Amino acid sequence: MANLELTAEKYALLKTFIDENRSETSGLMPVLHKAQDIFGCIPIEVQKFISKELNVSVSEIYGVVTFYSRFSTEPVGDHLIGVCLGTACYVKGAQKILDELQSALKIKPEETTADGKFTLTATRCLGACGLAPVMMIDDEVYGRLTPDMVPDILSKYDKEETK
Amino acid sequence: MKKSVEELMKIRQETLKKMELRENDAHCRIVVGMGTCGISAGARPCLTAIVDEVNKRGLSNVQIVQTGCVGMCRLEPMFDVIIGDKKYTYVDMTPEKSRQVVVEHIVNNRVIHEYTIGEEEKE
Amino acid sequence: MQYYRAHVLICGGTGCTSGKSLEIKAELEKQLVTYGIENEVKVVMTGCFGLCEAGPIMVVYPEGTFYAHVQVKDVKKIVEEHLFKGRIVKEKLYYEALDEDKVISVNEVEFYAKQKRIALSNCGVIDPENIDEYLAKDGYQALIKVLTDMKPREVIEEIKKSGLRGRGGAGFPTGLKWEFASNYEDDMKYVCCNADEGDPGAFMDRSILEGTPHSVIEAMTIAGYATGSKKGYIYIRAEYPIAVKRLEIAIKQAKDYGLLGNNILDTKFSFDIEIRLGAGAFVCGEETALIESIEGKRGMPRTKPPFPAEKGIWGKPTLINNVETFANIPAIILKGGEWFGSIGTEKSKGTKVFALGGKIKNTGLVEIPMGTTLREVIYGIGGGIPDNKKFKAVQTGGPSGGCLTAEHLDTPIDYDNLVSIGSMMGSGGMIVMDEDTCMVDIARFFLDFTCEESCGKCTPCREGTKRLKEILDKIVAGNGTIEDLDRLENLAGYIKDNALCNLGQTAPNPVISTLKFFRDEYMAHVVDKKCPTSVCKDLLQYTITDKCIGCGSCAKVCPQGCIEPLGKEINSKTKRRQYVIDQNKCIKCGACLEACPPKVKAIIRK
Repeated sequence: MANLELTAEKYALLKTFIDENRSETSGLMPVLHKAQDIFGCIPIEVQKFISKELNVSVSEIYGVVTFYSRFSTEPVGDHLIGVCLGTACYVKGAQKILDELQSALKIKPEETTADGKFTLTATRCLGACGLAPVMMIDDEVYGRLTPDMVPDILSKYDKEETK
Repeated sequence: MKKSVEELMKIRQETLKKMELRENDAHCRIVVGMGTCGISAGARPCLTAIVDEVNKRGLSNVQIVQTGCVGMCRLEPMFDVIIGDKKYTYVDMTPEKSRQVVVEHIVNNRVIHEYTIGEEEKE
Repeated sequence: MQYYRAHVLICGGTGCTSGKSLEIKAELEKQLVTYGIENEVKVVMTGCFGLCEAGPIMVVYPEGTFYAHVQVKDVKKIVEEHLFKGRIVKEKLYYEALDEDKVISVNEVEFYAKQKRIALSNCGVIDPENIDEYLAKDGYQALIKVLTDMKPREVIEEIKKSGLRGRGGAGFPTGLKWEFASNYEDDMKYVCCNADEGDPGAFMDRSILEGTPHSVIEAMTIAGYATGSKKGYIYIRAEYPIAVKRLEIAIKQAKDYGLLGNNILDTKFSFDIEIRLGAGAFVCGEETALIESIEGKRGMPRTKPPFPAEKGIWGKPTLINNVETFANIPAIILKGGEWFGSIGTEKSKGTKVFALGGKIKNTGLVEIPMGTTLREVIYGIGGGIPDNKKFKAVQTGGPSGGCLTAEHLDTPIDYDNLVSIGSMMGSGGMIVMDEDTCMVDIARFFLDFTCEESCGKCTPCREGTKRLKEILDKIVAGNGTIEDLDRLENLAGYIKDNALCNLGQTAPNPVISTLKFFRDEYMAHVVDKKCPTSVCKDLLQYTITDKCIGCGSCAKVCPQGCIEPLGKEINSKTKRRQYVIDQNKCIKCGACLEACPPKVKAIIRK
């Protein structure tokens, strides 16, 4: 499991954002996006904090956090791998890419490796259908994949950790 | 800065000039021979001079393109100036002469006959 | 004014960016300096060119030279040969851009020559991060026209005259939607742009926002004027970081020029736009769910009526249009509703952008007049199916649509025709499938999608899609019965009639249409327990024939260790005992098939 640090600095960052954007029509979503950015996830402690700041009940916040797939309550790995399972990618063999990643990382989709390095997810269409099948590691998109490319791509991230 | 309608129109006109190159209907085309022979004979400085002169005079609607060896290596550096269906071939150029051609031929519409060969070939 | 003798346009869409077009741009700028021609050649990063198959794309003007699959290592050569010496690097040209020895310019290549671009007209032509280039391409002229000499009513009449219908899926007449929103009086009204493009296989909205963000901003401002609202929201997927960034830049530039904000162009009209990010929920593409999400709630659809035009964001009258719909507005205002209405078919006017994907040669975006046939799109512009495979079906309309077959190839594409043959326009995704695609598996794939994306508010969708998927799971696992096909049909009809929102009502469409057109494939799965395309693993069987020479290559690679030399026969040449697969342990990975020497080919898959 990746590390989860709920430091005072991070809370302060979130507080500043909330204060700067406080208005009647600001809504909960921008705050949750910010929290996800700062903490890497939105655990119950953070939800309680937001609840106090915005005067919205924790149950409502919890409902919203768990509804949207971009918000998570548990920390994700250092690198987030998203394999596109949109139609175009699926027709072009994305399932094989996902299978290969599962056997290489020894985890199932929505799980994190024991060393906290990778989290594997199956995502919806990334809109890069012209390059199908594709996957995204953090902000980098890899296109026209074949299963035998997977180990090379992963090793790139392994190396950079040990540097 | 907030812009008025007139200012917006002005920006539009100016940017349009800059982007004219991406349309295919230039008024005037300059085709510079940039084969190995042309480059070794000094076509590069000529090209730079032409671009610089066009720039200085703020000419728009001029296309400058390069081409390979045209087969008359002894006359290099050389370039064609094409306006409408008239094509003039300037040979044995220097940067200085190139500038003259831009000014006389393109700006003042006076062909410098002493520098050309094979006059008024149809394209 | 700086004169450049050449402009190099590099595609900065998501597809090409993932092919490292940013690094290509950096390398290009570096090489131009090396050759000392950085003041003669201008580098422009544009939006998506649409032909993602050929990416990363680079186009050099004035010639219109179309380079495809450009890599960082090719840049030096292109600079040295083409930009410095003037010799086109022929081996990097797009394959159609070279006819014998003649170089064909980008606009004459078949893929582009057959299109008619209105919504995409600026994509791949201008620098999306430069408002001046948008202005040069008649940008904001429509806004100026509207604010200086049109009344709001006249604007709406013009849109109505054009016959434009919503490009997001349902195809509701846009002019009427504007009229409804303008009819409700309130102290606050909103204009909202739905950029939560969720249909898998559709990416035209992303490309428009990346390629010409100002078009959408201009159109929203016009809509604000026409409906009497002061505030706009763009609700966009967080999965589109490049589009978000370009929108932010565009909004800032528009504000700087006074084209957004208070008293636009010194009139009494004020309008402002705010971006809201989605958070990965497909259902938020449904307009009332989107409104809930903007308000900070779970994205669950509301019951209609009241429609958003009456009670939308924060309970106020709201106009919601899709990105592509907005992108058509400036052209309609400038060239007139009649001009737009002259394109397309009787009931579907104008053009539509389609995203071609799947088993098709030219994957990418195409914009064509309504009424073009599927054949023209797939074989004419799309270049047909790769590897000489046979066309089987094309899936349109995303998870809400259906599959069309070879017999529909000559149907003119418009809203009503697609619905009448059991699919829908949807947002314009077109996924082509060839003989290797299993239609039962595809139906299951879509159900998997809708199951997971169902918001859970109404029972028919929440429970119904799950049951549909369970039956399909059963069929692809080889445990289906003929009765299951009837159950599928009944349940699909029930969900269609009873779900709350459009997502739920259309969720069974993939099942209904595949059952209708590919019933024989379902029958093969449930009666013969075979998958005709060898896609469904559980229905496959690998066996070793008597061609086996007993080399043992297959046994070595088998992850289950279930292949052993236990055959009755001994190969006459090699004197080795033949191998057998233990079917009970086999996981059907296919490793043995690949390991068997090509000369022998003793393993077969059925």
